[in-house]
Amino acid sequence: MSKLLFGKQNEYQRAALPESAVTATHDYLNRRQFIQRWGMAGLALATTSLVTGTLEANQPSASLKSTSNSQYDTTEALTDYESVTTYNNYYEFGTGKSDPARHAHQLITDPWSVEIRGAAKQGSMGLDQLIDERDLERRIYRLRCVEGWSMVIPWIGIPLRKIIQRLEPDNSAKYVEFTTLADPQQMPGIRRNVLDWPYREGLTMAEAMNPLTLLAVGLYDEYLPKQNGAPLRLVVPWKYGFKSIKSIVGIDFTRQQPLTSWNKSNAQEYGFYSNVNPEVAHPRWSQARERRIGEDSFFTPKRETLMFNGYAEQVAHLYAGMDLRKHF
Amino acid sequence: MNARQTLKTSLLFSLCCLPLAALVWGVAANQLGANPTEALIRELGQWALRFLLITLTATPARRWLGWGFLLSYRRMLGLFGFFYGLLHLIGFIWFEHFFNWQELLEDILKRPFITLGMLALLLLVPLAVTSTRGAVRRLGFKTWQRLHRLLYLAVSAALVHFFLLVKADLLEPLIYLAVWVLLLVLRLPDRFFVLRWRSVSE
Repeated sequence: MSKLLFGKQNEYQRAALPESAVTATHDYLNRRQFIQRWGMAGLALATTSLVTGTLEANQPSASLKSTSNSQYDTTEALTDYESVTTYNNYYEFGTGKSDPARHAHQLITDPWSVEIRGAAKQGSMGLDQLIDERDLERRIYRLRCVEGWSMVIPWIGIPLRKIIQRLEPDNSAKYVEFTTLADPQQMPGIRRNVLDWPYREGLTMAEAMNPLTLLAVGLYDEYLPKQNGAPLRLVVPWKYGFKSIKSIVGIDFTRQQPLTSWNKSNAQEYGFYSNVNPEVAHPRWSQARERRIGEDSFFTPKRETLMFNGYAEQVAHLYAGMDLRKHF
Repeated sequence: MNARQTLKTSLLFSLCCLPLAALVWGVAANQLGANPTEALIRELGQWALRFLLITLTATPARRWLGWGFLLSYRRMLGLFGFFYGLLHLIGFIWFEHFFNWQELLEDILKRPFITLGMLALLLLVPLAVTSTRGAVRRLGFKTWQRLHRLLYLAVSAALVHFFLLVKADLLEPLIYLAVWVLLLVLRLPDRFFVLRWRSVSE
């Protein structure tokens, strides 16, 4: 328990604290640490340490500083922290929804580096080189899973476009390909060939540069829990959840459209774009409705799914003139 | 029926109700995870399939192990399979479609996995209806037996239904398929096994 309360932040701190921001955030981090050690520790010892056998905290350990960018925020009720951190699709840790929360503690997020290719600034980069913590924004987005359920999550991250601008991709680049870590030592799900590992996802450059697209390092004011894709994940709110790739170790600017994992696994069912679209059914089930986790329960019908998950205003222009039945 | 028999029957009956009791408790105590309706539908469907497969172990258990006791409970086990299947359907109509019959009908007609699930349950209806002693008498044992072979079709349809709804990980339906194939193999006529043993010993 104590490892969870302190360990994650400490290891991330070392990895992610940008050198340029040391003076700016140092005091804050120390104060936080102090409060955590002496305030939270007492509380943790008194209460949660009595509960054995569970690794997830049910409360976020509010600690990650960010500025709110409410321009794109939904005002809908947030999905509770426990649901967000215990109901996950992260096949590298197993295909059951609770498998990631059970097994993701095996993931080592420090040290962490991301391999950048196809840009002026390429090569292996640490998180601190990629993420300037002063730029962190809080964004409250809907997340719609292709399976027909949805959540509302307060993410903390940096608009991907800011990072792309700094990396200076080659002029010829038309797409960005992302790769998840694939280490059978840390990820028990990898031992089975459910998907072709490593997990890959991709966006067009225009999609990647859209102001909604976020590279997230946290949620609910804390660093990302491992089952949610620590230490670095993509959040593309107008696409089905599987496009928002977790635990990124590779960012590749390419000319070719990336061969994404689900598309490779079943091209009839999962296209490259995978925009949320209530009018285009998954071949095996309708996408017209969704169940909001924690809200729509036994006595409410599933709610109607919105075009582009409700972000049409921000992204519809990206697909103007495209046949979305063909380019699903 | 003597007291001992009644006790055994009641005991098995209670045992068959346990999964339902656990699910009801799970709903009441909010222990079914973040998506309880989905978990409920899935569990009910799996228990339906499990009960049907358990029903089908009675014959091979007597043949290969000499355990005859299951035979007298086949009807109860089969009816529990139907019961859980019915609850599975009710859950689907309620939680997935919220009694929107138009959408439900579209779903049944358009989505093969739902069509097959419906088919599996429909095939069980005549079996449930003719599960009484009176029905066996009225139909005659031969006709009754032939009718109840529909169970094989129902289980096959339920299995395909299971395979079609899985996204990528086929492990679970494969386990059920393996059990199903084993139960079928154990039903092969004697001559198949006799021939096999002879050819091995030669």
